[in-house]
Amino acid sequence: MTITTETPLVRIEGLHKFYGQHHVLRGIDLEVNRGEVSVVIGPSGSGKSTMLRCVNLLETISAGRISVDGQLIGYRDVKGRLHDLKTKEIAAQRREIGMVFQRFNLFPHKTALYNIMEAPVHVKGQSRDAARKRAMELLDRVGLADHAGHYPSQLSGGQQQRVAIARALAMDPELMLFDEPTSALDPELVGDVLNVMKDLARSGMTMIVVTHEIGFAREVGDRLTFMDGGVVVESGDPQEVLANPQHPRTKEFLSRVL
Amino acid sequence: MDSHQEKPEAPVVLNNPVPVRHPGRWISAIIILGVLALFLQSLVTNPNFRWDIVGTYILDTKVVQGVGWTLLLTVASMVLAIVLAILLAFMRQSENPVFRWSSWAWVWFFRGTPVYTQLVFWGLIAVLYPKITAGIPFGPEWFAVDTSTVITTTAAAILGLGLNESAYLAEIFRAGLKSVDRGQEEAAEALGMGKTKIMWRIILPQAMRVIVPPTGNETIGMLKTTSLVLAVPFTLDLTFATNTLANRTYLPVPLLIVAAIWYLVITSLLMVGQHFIEAYYGKGVDNLAPATINPAAAKAAAAVAPSAAAEPALKMDFPEEEAK
Repeated sequence: MTITTETPLVRIEGLHKFYGQHHVLRGIDLEVNRGEVSVVIGPSGSGKSTMLRCVNLLETISAGRISVDGQLIGYRDVKGRLHDLKTKEIAAQRREIGMVFQRFNLFPHKTALYNIMEAPVHVKGQSRDAARKRAMELLDRVGLADHAGHYPSQLSGGQQQRVAIARALAMDPELMLFDEPTSALDPELVGDVLNVMKDLARSGMTMIVVTHEIGFAREVGDRLTFMDGGVVVESGDPQEVLANPQHPRTKEFLSRVL
Repeated sequence: MDSHQEKPEAPVVLNNPVPVRHPGRWISAIIILGVLALFLQSLVTNPNFRWDIVGTYILDTKVVQGVGWTLLLTVASMVLAIVLAILLAFMRQSENPVFRWSSWAWVWFFRGTPVYTQLVFWGLIAVLYPKITAGIPFGPEWFAVDTSTVITTTAAAILGLGLNESAYLAEIFRAGLKSVDRGQEEAAEALGMGKTKIMWRIILPQAMRVIVPPTGNETIGMLKTTSLVLAVPFTLDLTFATNTLANRTYLPVPLLIVAAIWYLVITSLLMVGQHFIEAYYGKGVDNLAPATINPAAAKAAAAVAPSAAAEPALKMDFPEEEAK
């Protein structure tokens, strides 16, 4: 199902991240082709969420480069010297990248419908009618059309997360980032969110998914990356990595989660 | 609480226990009610209250005008204070250290000196700076005006009250902005929203939930602080008006009552206004669209077990069992 084009949509090269003296990411290389679902697993503290957050600059990049669709993220390269982008330019880059958070982060003062309409209307400048129509389509797609008027506090965790996915999709991103989207959910609510994500994967969306859901990786992942201690330990076809992990740390981790 | 009974069950026999008696509550309630009755009786029977004088002056032109001026001072100085406070709170969060420092210094100064002193100072501003000039420092002057024509006593009163209040409100706004979860800003950033939009559309509306109650408190406080504008000297507000009448009639008590009644009336109105503002900014958190509350379900639940009536109405909001 991988549609191979000349260059990968996402290219992460030699990514390092420091928090003060703390070296969190120690040289990450990762490529994600257009239409690919790249699943990242690893123990907590392995840096997988930090890496994901670097892609849309919720974390600054200490060293290395990330490019999305050939565009360098966060910097302008002037004759080999990197210059910080302005806040406005960063905002423009983020519009192409949707993000789903572990804690949903819906806007509590807005209903599900207005959560989804917010960015299309106030960032993209779409008309309210067009944005409302699209938001209703997206709510229908995530199975919540009859919850449009509900506030986040009136929705279960699983419903909130599905609204959050719809909110990200409303900006028509070319890349979707999922930061442990099911980790804060009650077990019986995980399935609905995963189904929405599987549907999205099958529709050809490029996705980077940081998760503990091994089943999801096996079913829809095109590539599985195992991270530990701020480095990529092993990366490859999900079926192969899961069935036959090469590195002892991968083996140990999988033996504990499977 | 949502019953899933398919088949009819035996009727529930409620326990109906004998409640614990609380004689202490009864005794203290009787004492309080007794004291209240004595006080009310004195209001009617004590001739020194001079209710006839209260009646004569409650709608006196000078008094009603005083109410108007007091309201004007309250509203104008609060508006000035809120505008400045938002600015100060934003500056305090700025990445620019000069902004952060000057915001801190402003709060330090205006919160650290008595409002009375500041009011006297603004009244004397024309003595300190007789002329306001525009031009280049140590260079040519473009124009100059007499300070006393710009800073009238009304302007001095509003500036004195407003600048002092801005320092307190800035701290309230800062606390409000800090109370909003960091994830909200991240979610908005991830959607590609700009800084200004994030602040005005996402952060501030949520911060208002925390900001409104103490700001209401400050507004009511300001209503009464306006009685200090005598220091400027500003002589048209409610307290000054009733004091003047009291001095003229040698009847201070009834005119203090006149002033107190008016302050209470305005405070009550402000409290009503605050209630509606709180409901507006509580949307989605404290105020969950009342239309979704199903009274029939609430009644049915209450009929099953009397204690269920004490459950928050919130629970009735969700017909679906999947909701938390």
